[in-house]
Amino acid sequence: MRIDKHPILEFQRGKKIKFIFDGKEIEAFQGETIAAALHAAGVKVLGKSIFKHRPRGFYCAIGNCSSCFMVVNGEPNVRTCVTMVEDGMVVENQNGKGEIL
Amino acid sequence: MKYTDLAIIGGGPAGLCSAISAASSGAKVLLIDRNEKLGGQLIKQTHMFFGSEKQYASKRGFNISEILLDKLNDYKENVEILNNTTVLGLYEDGVITATKDEKYVKIKPKATIIATGASEKVLAFPNNDLPGIYGAGAVQTLMNVYGIRPGKKVLMIGAGNIGLIVSYQLMQAGVEVVGIIDAAPKIGGYLVHASKVRRMGVPILTRYTVKEAIGNDTLEKVVISKLDENWNPIEGTEEVIETDVMCISVGLSPLAELLQQAGCKMMYVPELGGIAPLRNENYETTVDSIFVAGDVAGVEEASSAMVEGYLTGLCAAEKIGFKHENYLELKKDYRNQLEALRSGPVGTKIRSGINKVMGV
Repeated sequence: MRIDKHPILEFQRGKKIKFIFDGKEIEAFQGETIAAALHAAGVKVLGKSIFKHRPRGFYCAIGNCSSCFMVVNGEPNVRTCVTMVEDGMVVENQNGKGEIL
Repeated sequence: MKYTDLAIIGGGPAGLCSAISAASSGAKVLLIDRNEKLGGQLIKQTHMFFGSEKQYASKRGFNISEILLDKLNDYKENVEILNNTTVLGLYEDGVITATKDEKYVKIKPKATIIATGASEKVLAFPNNDLPGIYGAGAVQTLMNVYGIRPGKKVLMIGAGNIGLIVSYQLMQAGVEVVGIIDAAPKIGGYLVHASKVRRMGVPILTRYTVKEAIGNDTLEKVVISKLDENWNPIEGTEEVIETDVMCISVGLSPLAELLQQAGCKMMYVPELGGIAPLRNENYETTVDSIFVAGDVAGVEEASSAMVEGYLTGLCAAEKIGFKHENYLELKKDYRNQLEALRSGPVGTKIRSGINKVMGV
Protein backbone atom coordinates (compact mmCIF):
# COMPACT_ATOMS: atom_id res chain seq x y z
CA MET A 1 0.00 0.00 0.00
CA ARG A 2 3.04 2.31 0.02
CA ILE A 3 3.23 4.91 -2.73
CA ASP A 4 6.44 4.67 -4.77
CA LYS A 5 5.83 7.23 -7.48
CA HIS A 6 3.97 10.49 -6.98
CA PRO A 7 3.64 13.44 -9.40
CA ILE A 8 4.31 16.07 -6.70
CA LEU A 9 5.76 14.45 -3.62
CA GLU A 10 8.91 12.54 -2.95
CA PHE A 11 8.76 10.37 0.14
CA GLN A 12 11.96 10.20 2.08
CA ARG A 13 11.43 7.26 4.34
CA GLY A 14 13.52 6.71 7.43
CA LYS A 15 15.50 3.67 8.46
CA LYS A 16 13.82 0.29 8.12
CA ILE A 17 12.77 -1.05 11.51
CA LYS A 18 10.69 -3.91 12.90
CA PHE A 19 7.98 -3.97 15.53
CA ILE A 20 5.68 -6.65 16.93
CA PHE A 21 1.94 -6.58 16.36
CA ASP A 22 -0.11 -9.39 17.93
CA GLY A 23 2.94 -11.60 18.06
CA LYS A 24 3.95 -11.03 14.44
CA GLU A 25 6.93 -9.06 13.22
CA ILE A 26 5.99 -6.09 10.98
CA GLU A 27 8.33 -3.94 8.91
CA ALA A 28 8.06 -0.18 9.19
CA PHE A 29 10.07 2.96 8.55
CA GLN A 30 11.33 5.35 11.17
CA GLY A 31 9.35 8.58 11.13
CA GLU A 32 5.95 7.03 10.49
CA THR A 33 3.20 6.59 13.07
CA ILE A 34 2.15 3.21 14.45
CA ALA A 35 -1.27 3.49 12.75
CA ALA A 36 0.33 4.39 9.40
CA ALA A 37 2.79 1.49 9.60
CA LEU A 38 -0.02 -0.94 10.45
CA HIS A 39 -2.16 0.41 7.62
CA ALA A 40 0.70 -0.11 5.18
CA ALA A 41 0.84 -3.72 6.40
CA GLY A 42 -2.89 -4.10 5.74
CA VAL A 43 -4.04 -3.85 9.37
CA LYS A 44 -7.12 -1.65 9.73
CA VAL A 45 -8.69 -2.92 12.96
CA LEU A 46 -6.78 -1.39 15.88
CA GLY A 47 -9.08 -2.31 18.76
CA LYS A 48 -12.59 -3.04 19.98
CA SER A 49 -15.06 -0.53 21.41
CA ILE A 50 -15.79 -0.41 25.15
CA PHE A 51 -19.38 -1.69 25.38
CA LYS A 52 -20.39 -3.33 22.12
CA HIS A 53 -16.93 -4.60 21.19
CA ARG A 54 -17.19 -3.22 17.67
CA PRO A 55 -14.03 -2.99 15.57
CA ARG A 56 -12.19 0.34 15.76
CA GLY A 57 -9.86 1.94 13.24
CA PHE A 58 -8.43 5.46 13.11
CA TYR A 59 -10.74 8.25 11.94
CA CYS A 60 -8.94 11.61 12.05
CA ALA A 61 -5.25 10.56 11.96
CA ILE A 62 -4.19 13.79 13.73
CA GLY A 63 -4.83 12.95 17.37
CA ASN A 64 -8.31 14.43 17.83
CA CYS A 65 -10.79 11.58 17.94
CA SER A 66 -9.42 8.75 20.16
CA SER A 67 -10.56 6.04 17.73
CA CYS A 68 -7.03 4.62 17.28
CA PHE A 69 -6.23 3.68 20.90
CA MET A 70 -3.94 0.65 21.21
CA VAL A 71 -1.77 -0.96 23.86
CA VAL A 72 1.86 -0.05 23.20
CA ASN A 73 4.66 -1.65 25.24
CA GLY A 74 2.01 -2.55 27.82
CA GLU A 75 0.60 0.97 28.07
CA PRO A 76 -3.07 1.33 27.03
CA ASN A 77 -4.85 4.30 25.41
CA VAL A 78 -1.93 5.29 23.21
CA ARG A 79 -3.03 7.44 20.26
CA THR A 80 -1.34 5.38 17.59
CA CYS A 81 -2.15 7.88 14.82
CA VAL A 82 0.26 10.43 16.33
CA THR A 83 2.74 8.15 18.10
CA MET A 84 5.84 7.27 16.11
CA VAL A 85 6.67 3.61 15.63
CA GLU A 86 9.97 2.45 17.16
CA ASP A 87 12.23 -0.51 16.61
CA GLY A 88 11.23 -3.45 18.80
CA MET A 89 7.95 -1.86 19.95
CA VAL A 90 5.25 -4.28 21.07
CA VAL A 91 1.83 -3.20 19.81
CA GLU A 92 -1.47 -4.91 20.65
CA ASN A 93 -5.13 -4.41 19.87
CA GLN A 94 -6.94 -2.64 22.68
CA ASN A 95 -10.19 -4.23 23.77
CA GLY A 96 -12.32 -1.81 25.72
CA LYS A 97 -10.89 0.67 28.19
CA GLY A 98 -7.51 -0.92 28.67
CA GLU A 99 -6.01 -1.69 32.06
CA ILE A 100 -3.50 0.62 33.64
CA LEU A 101 -2.57 -1.60 36.60
CA MET B 1 6.52 28.33 36.12
CA LYS B 2 7.60 29.59 32.74
CA TYR B 3 7.01 33.31 31.98
CA THR B 4 6.58 34.91 28.57
CA ASP B 5 4.87 37.89 26.92
CA LEU B 6 2.63 35.97 24.55
CA ALA B 7 1.71 32.30 24.40
CA ILE B 8 0.33 30.94 21.14
CA ILE B 9 -1.42 27.59 21.25
CA GLY B 10 -1.28 25.86 17.88
CA GLY B 11 1.42 26.08 15.21
CA GLY B 12 -0.70 25.83 12.07
CA PRO B 13 -1.14 28.66 9.54
CA ALA B 14 -2.87 30.99 12.05
CA GLY B 15 -0.47 30.25 14.92
CA LEU B 16 2.67 30.61 12.78
CA CYS B 17 1.53 33.93 11.34
CA SER B 18 0.51 35.22 14.80
CA ALA B 19 3.98 34.32 16.06
CA ILE B 20 5.72 36.10 13.17
CA SER B 21 3.57 39.18 13.65
CA ALA B 22 3.93 39.39 17.44
CA ALA B 23 7.66 38.64 17.41
CA SER B 24 8.24 41.31 14.76
CA SER B 25 6.41 43.74 17.07
CA GLY B 26 9.01 43.00 19.77
CA ALA B 27 7.09 40.61 22.04
CA LYS B 28 8.65 37.44 23.41
CA VAL B 29 6.60 34.62 21.99
CA LEU B 30 6.15 31.03 23.14
CA LEU B 31 4.68 28.92 20.36
CA ILE B 32 3.14 25.68 21.58
CA ASP B 33 2.23 22.75 19.31
CA ARG B 34 1.35 19.16 20.10
CA ASN B 35 3.16 17.79 17.04
CA GLU B 36 6.84 17.41 16.39
CA LYS B 37 6.63 19.32 13.12
CA LEU B 38 4.99 22.74 12.96
CA GLY B 39 2.68 23.79 10.11
CA GLY B 40 -0.57 22.17 11.20
CA GLN B 41 -2.55 20.79 8.28
CA LEU B 42 -0.51 22.79 5.74
CA ILE B 43 2.06 20.00 5.70
CA LYS B 44 -0.33 17.67 3.87
CA GLN B 45 -1.70 20.16 1.33
CA THR B 46 -0.21 19.38 -2.06
CA HIS B 47 -2.47 21.69 -4.07
CA MET B 48 -1.72 25.28 -5.00
CA PHE B 49 -3.50 27.92 -2.99
CA PHE B 50 -5.88 30.58 -4.33
CA GLY B 51 -6.17 34.11 -3.01
CA SER B 52 -3.61 36.80 -3.76
CA GLU B 53 0.17 36.94 -3.64
CA LYS B 54 0.09 38.17 -0.03
CA GLN B 55 -1.50 34.86 0.99
CA TYR B 56 1.06 32.89 -1.00
CA ALA B 57 -1.32 32.09 -3.87
CA SER B 58 -0.12 29.56 -6.46
CA LYS B 59 2.21 28.01 -3.89
CA ARG B 60 1.52 24.52 -2.56
CA GLY B 61 0.42 24.19 1.08
CA PHE B 62 3.47 22.28 2.29
CA ASN B 63 5.74 24.90 0.70
CA ILE B 64 3.82 27.69 2.44
CA SER B 65 4.48 25.99 5.76
CA GLU B 66 8.23 26.08 5.01
CA ILE B 67 8.05 29.75 3.97
CA LEU B 68 6.33 30.67 7.25
CA LEU B 69 8.87 28.74 9.32
CA ASP B 70 11.70 30.54 7.52
CA LYS B 71 10.03 33.86 8.20
CA LEU B 72 9.61 32.97 11.87
CA ASN B 73 13.29 32.12 12.02
CA ASP B 74 14.09 35.77 11.19
CA TYR B 75 12.84 36.67 14.68
CA LYS B 76 14.31 33.70 16.50
CA GLU B 77 15.67 35.81 19.35
CA ASN B 78 12.03 36.55 20.28
CA VAL B 79 10.58 33.10 19.66
CA GLU B 80 10.68 29.91 21.67
CA ILE B 81 9.03 26.84 20.20
CA LEU B 82 7.55 24.17 22.45
CA ASN B 83 6.76 21.29 20.12
CA ASN B 84 5.50 17.85 21.17
CA THR B 85 3.55 19.78 23.79
CA THR B 86 -0.12 19.26 24.49
CA VAL B 87 -1.97 21.99 26.35
CA LEU B 88 -4.18 20.58 29.08
CA GLY B 89 -5.79 23.59 30.64
CA LEU B 90 -6.29 27.33 30.64
CA TYR B 91 -7.05 28.88 34.04
CA GLU B 92 -8.70 32.04 35.40
CA ASP B 93 -5.35 33.66 36.23
CA GLY B 94 -4.12 33.10 32.66
CA VAL B 95 -1.92 30.13 33.56
CA ILE B 96 -1.58 27.45 30.88
CA THR B 97 -0.81 23.87 31.86
CA ALA B 98 0.68 21.40 29.39
CA THR B 99 2.64 18.19 29.02
CA LYS B 100 5.91 18.20 27.13
CA ASP B 101 7.60 14.85 26.60
CA GLU B 102 5.57 13.33 29.46
CA LYS B 103 6.50 16.20 31.81
CA TYR B 104 4.02 18.66 33.34
CA VAL B 105 4.74 22.33 32.63
CA LYS B 106 3.06 25.57 33.72
CA ILE B 107 3.23 28.74 31.64
CA LYS B 108 2.25 32.27 32.63
CA PRO B 109 1.94 34.65 29.66
CA LYS B 110 0.69 38.23 29.60
CA ALA B 111 -1.66 37.33 26.76
CA THR B 112 -2.63 34.16 24.89
CA ILE B 113 -3.65 33.47 21.31
CA ILE B 114 -5.63 30.30 20.77
CA ALA B 115 -5.11 28.94 17.28
CA THR B 116 -6.09 25.30 17.72
CA GLY B 117 -7.85 24.95 14.37
CA ALA B 118 -10.76 22.63 13.71
CA SER B 119 -11.70 18.97 13.67
CA GLU B 120 -13.54 16.96 11.04
CA LYS B 121 -17.24 16.37 11.48
CA VAL B 122 -18.73 12.90 11.36
CA LEU B 123 -21.89 11.75 9.60
CA ALA B 124 -24.60 9.61 11.23
CA PHE B 125 -25.61 6.38 9.45
CA PRO B 126 -25.67 2.70 10.48
CA ASN B 127 -22.14 1.23 10.85
CA ASN B 128 -20.46 4.62 10.47
CA ASP B 129 -17.75 3.39 12.86
CA LEU B 130 -16.39 0.61 10.62
CA PRO B 131 -12.65 0.74 9.99
CA GLY B 132 -12.23 1.86 6.39
CA ILE B 133 -14.40 4.91 7.00
CA TYR B 134 -12.08 7.86 7.52
CA GLY B 135 -12.15 11.61 7.63
CA ALA B 136 -10.97 13.06 4.32
CA GLY B 137 -8.18 14.84 6.18
CA ALA B 138 -7.06 11.54 7.71
CA VAL B 139 -6.67 10.02 4.27
CA GLN B 140 -4.72 13.10 3.19
CA THR B 141 -2.34 12.67 6.13
CA LEU B 142 -1.88 8.99 5.37
CA MET B 143 -1.06 9.48 1.69
CA ASN B 144 0.60 12.90 1.56
CA VAL B 145 2.60 12.82 4.80
CA TYR B 146 3.36 9.11 5.11
CA GLY B 147 3.07 8.00 1.47
CA ILE B 148 0.58 5.23 2.15
CA ARG B 149 -2.57 4.53 0.14
CA PRO B 150 -5.78 4.28 2.20
CA GLY B 151 -7.05 1.33 0.14
CA LYS B 152 -7.99 0.26 -3.36
CA LYS B 153 -11.17 2.22 -3.98
CA VAL B 154 -12.67 5.28 -2.35
CA LEU B 155 -16.18 6.70 -2.18
CA MET B 156 -16.04 10.37 -1.20
CA ILE B 157 -18.88 11.86 0.83
CA GLY B 158 -19.08 15.63 0.38
CA ALA B 159 -18.47 17.73 -2.72
CA GLY B 160 -17.06 20.75 -0.92
CA ASN B 161 -13.50 21.92 -1.61
CA ILE B 162 -11.90 19.37 0.71
CA GLY B 163 -13.87 16.47 -0.83
CA LEU B 164 -12.98 17.56 -4.35
CA ILE B 165 -9.31 18.27 -3.65
CA VAL B 166 -8.76 15.04 -1.71
CA SER B 167 -10.45 13.06 -4.50
CA TYR B 168 -7.97 14.51 -6.97
CA GLN B 169 -5.07 13.78 -4.64
CA LEU B 170 -6.26 10.19 -4.22
CA MET B 171 -6.04 9.73 -7.97
CA GLN B 172 -2.55 11.27 -7.96
CA ALA B 173 -1.62 8.59 -5.43
CA GLY B 174 -2.99 5.88 -7.70
CA VAL B 175 -6.24 5.17 -5.87
CA GLU B 176 -9.53 4.71 -7.75
CA VAL B 177 -12.25 7.18 -6.75
CA VAL B 178 -15.59 5.50 -7.50
CA GLY B 179 -17.62 8.65 -6.99
CA ILE B 180 -18.35 11.74 -4.95
CA ILE B 181 -21.79 12.21 -3.42
CA ASP B 182 -23.30 15.20 -1.66
CA ALA B 183 -26.66 15.69 0.04
CA ALA B 184 -26.94 19.26 -1.21
CA PRO B 185 -28.59 20.00 -4.56
CA LYS B 186 -25.42 21.75 -5.80
CA ILE B 187 -21.68 21.12 -5.67
CA GLY B 188 -20.36 23.14 -2.72
CA GLY B 189 -16.71 23.50 -3.78
CA TYR B 190 -15.16 25.64 -6.50
CA LEU B 191 -16.08 24.55 -10.01
CA VAL B 192 -12.40 24.53 -11.03
CA HIS B 193 -11.84 21.63 -8.65
CA ALA B 194 -15.10 19.87 -9.62
CA SER B 195 -14.29 20.07 -13.33
CA LYS B 196 -10.84 18.67 -12.73
CA VAL B 197 -12.13 15.47 -11.09
CA ARG B 198 -15.01 15.13 -13.52
CA ARG B 199 -12.59 15.30 -16.45
CA MET B 200 -10.83 12.32 -14.91
CA GLY B 201 -14.08 10.38 -15.08
CA VAL B 202 -15.30 10.63 -11.50
CA PRO B 203 -19.08 11.06 -11.20
CA ILE B 204 -20.36 13.69 -8.77
CA LEU B 205 -23.86 12.86 -7.54
CA THR B 206 -25.75 15.64 -5.78
CA ARG B 207 -28.82 15.05 -3.60
CA TYR B 208 -27.44 11.70 -2.51
CA THR B 209 -26.72 10.42 0.98
CA VAL B 210 -25.28 7.35 2.71
CA LYS B 211 -28.00 4.97 3.85
CA GLU B 212 -25.67 2.50 5.52
CA ALA B 213 -22.23 0.97 5.52
CA ILE B 214 -21.80 -2.80 5.32
CA GLY B 215 -18.83 -4.88 6.37
CA ASN B 216 -17.67 -7.53 8.76
CA ASP B 217 -14.60 -6.12 10.45
CA THR B 218 -13.87 -3.48 7.84
CA LEU B 219 -15.84 -1.63 5.19
CA GLU B 220 -16.96 -3.72 2.20
CA LYS B 221 -19.99 -1.94 0.74
CA VAL B 222 -21.85 1.34 1.00
CA VAL B 223 -25.55 1.78 0.27
CA ILE B 224 -26.36 5.23 -1.06
CA SER B 225 -29.78 6.67 -1.73
CA LYS B 226 -31.28 9.67 -3.51
CA LEU B 227 -32.82 12.52 -1.50
CA ASP B 228 -36.04 14.39 -2.25
CA GLU B 229 -36.44 18.16 -2.02
CA ASN B 230 -36.92 17.93 1.74
CA TRP B 231 -33.68 15.98 2.19
CA ASN B 232 -35.55 12.69 2.85
CA PRO B 233 -34.29 9.45 1.25
CA ILE B 234 -36.44 8.28 -1.67
CA GLU B 235 -37.32 4.61 -1.30
CA GLY B 236 -36.31 2.37 -4.16
CA THR B 237 -33.38 4.59 -5.24
CA GLU B 238 -30.78 2.66 -3.21
CA GLU B 239 -27.55 1.68 -4.93
CA VAL B 240 -24.89 -0.61 -3.54
CA ILE B 241 -21.28 0.46 -4.08
CA GLU B 242 -18.44 -1.95 -3.42
CA THR B 243 -15.54 -0.11 -1.85
CA ASP B 244 -12.99 -0.63 0.91
CA VAL B 245 -12.66 3.04 1.82
CA MET B 246 -15.19 5.79 2.40
CA CYS B 247 -14.01 9.33 3.08
CA ILE B 248 -16.20 11.67 5.09
CA SER B 249 -15.81 15.30 4.11
CA VAL B 250 -18.85 17.04 5.51
CA GLY B 251 -17.18 20.03 7.07
CA LEU B 252 -15.18 21.03 10.10
CA SER B 253 -16.01 22.45 13.49
CA PRO B 254 -13.85 24.76 15.65
CA LEU B 255 -11.64 22.93 18.17
CA ALA B 256 -12.87 25.27 20.89
CA GLU B 257 -12.62 23.29 24.14
CA LEU B 258 -9.84 25.45 25.57
CA LEU B 259 -11.87 28.59 24.95
CA GLN B 260 -14.84 27.09 26.74
CA GLN B 261 -12.62 26.05 29.62
CA ALA B 262 -11.24 29.58 29.87
CA GLY B 263 -14.77 30.92 30.21
CA CYS B 264 -14.97 32.70 26.84
CA LYS B 265 -18.54 33.41 25.77
CA MET B 266 -19.45 31.05 22.94
CA MET B 267 -22.28 30.90 20.45
CA TYR B 268 -23.59 28.21 18.11
CA VAL B 269 -23.03 29.64 14.64
CA PRO B 270 -23.70 27.12 11.85
CA GLU B 271 -22.04 29.41 9.27
CA LEU B 272 -18.76 29.11 11.23
CA GLY B 273 -18.97 25.33 11.65
CA GLY B 274 -20.36 25.06 15.18
CA ILE B 275 -19.60 26.57 18.59
CA ALA B 276 -17.51 29.70 18.06
CA PRO B 277 -16.19 32.39 20.43
CA LEU B 278 -17.61 35.90 20.59
CA ARG B 279 -14.84 38.35 19.74
CA ASN B 280 -14.13 41.97 18.93
CA GLU B 281 -12.52 43.39 15.78
CA ASN B 282 -9.05 42.73 17.23
CA TYR B 283 -9.91 39.05 17.66
CA GLU B 284 -9.95 39.34 21.46
CA THR B 285 -12.54 37.12 23.14
CA THR B 286 -14.81 38.10 26.05
CA VAL B 287 -12.01 37.05 28.42
CA ASP B 288 -9.38 39.77 28.79
CA SER B 289 -6.12 39.05 26.90
CA ILE B 290 -7.34 35.79 25.34
CA PHE B 291 -7.32 36.12 21.57
CA VAL B 292 -8.30 33.74 18.76
CA ALA B 293 -7.13 33.25 15.19
CA GLY B 294 -7.85 30.82 12.39
CA ASP B 295 -10.43 28.05 12.20
CA VAL B 296 -11.06 27.98 15.96
CA ALA B 297 -12.56 31.47 15.55
CA GLY B 298 -14.83 30.16 12.79
CA VAL B 299 -14.06 27.64 10.05
CA GLU B 300 -12.81 29.26 6.84
CA GLU B 301 -9.73 28.55 4.75
CA ALA B 302 -6.00 28.49 5.35
CA SER B 303 -5.58 31.77 3.45
CA SER B 304 -7.83 33.70 5.82
CA ALA B 305 -6.36 31.82 8.81
CA MET B 306 -2.93 33.22 7.89
CA VAL B 307 -4.17 36.81 7.59
CA GLU B 308 -6.13 36.46 10.82
CA GLY B 309 -2.95 35.21 12.43
CA TYR B 310 -0.96 38.25 11.28
CA LEU B 311 -3.72 40.59 12.47
CA THR B 312 -4.23 38.90 15.85
CA GLY B 313 -0.50 38.68 16.56
CA LEU B 314 -0.23 42.40 15.87
CA CYS B 315 -3.19 43.29 18.13
CA ALA B 316 -2.23 40.94 20.98
CA ALA B 317 1.32 42.33 21.03
CA GLU B 318 -0.02 45.89 21.07
CA LYS B 319 -2.32 45.05 23.98
CA ILE B 320 0.63 44.02 26.18
CA GLY B 321 2.80 46.99 25.24
CA PHE B 322 4.60 45.97 22.05
CA LYS B 323 3.27 48.24 19.34
CA HIS B 324 4.72 47.55 15.90
CA GLU B 325 6.26 50.65 14.30
CA ASN B 326 3.86 50.29 11.37
CA TYR B 327 0.96 49.17 13.54
CA LEU B 328 -1.85 51.18 11.93
CA GLU B 329 -0.68 50.62 8.39
CA LEU B 330 -0.32 46.86 8.87
CA LYS B 331 -3.62 46.56 10.65
CA LYS B 332 -5.39 48.29 7.78
CA ASP B 333 -3.66 46.06 5.25
CA TYR B 334 -4.64 42.83 7.05
CA ARG B 335 -8.23 44.01 7.42
CA ASN B 336 -8.39 44.83 3.72
CA GLN B 337 -6.98 41.42 2.82
CA LEU B 338 -9.58 39.66 4.96
CA GLU B 339 -12.34 41.76 3.45
CA ALA B 340 -11.18 40.82 -0.05
CA LEU B 341 -11.02 37.10 0.79
CA ARG B 342 -14.55 37.23 2.19
CA SER B 343 -16.04 39.37 -0.56
CA GLY B 344 -18.59 38.35 -3.15
CA PRO B 345 -21.15 35.55 -3.12
CA VAL B 346 -18.70 32.87 -1.83
CA GLY B 347 -18.17 34.96 1.30
CA THR B 348 -21.86 35.49 2.12
CA LYS B 349 -22.05 32.68 4.64
CA ILE B 350 -18.85 33.57 6.45
CA ARG B 351 -19.76 37.28 6.60
CA SER B 352 -23.08 36.41 8.19
CA GLY B 353 -21.36 34.15 10.75
CA ILE B 354 -18.80 36.80 11.65
CA ASN B 355 -21.53 39.39 12.18
CA LYS B 356 -23.08 37.07 14.74
CA VAL B 357 -19.92 36.52 16.82
CA MET B 358 -19.11 40.24 16.70
CA GLY B 359 -22.61 41.12 17.84
CA VAL B 360 -23.33 43.19 14.72
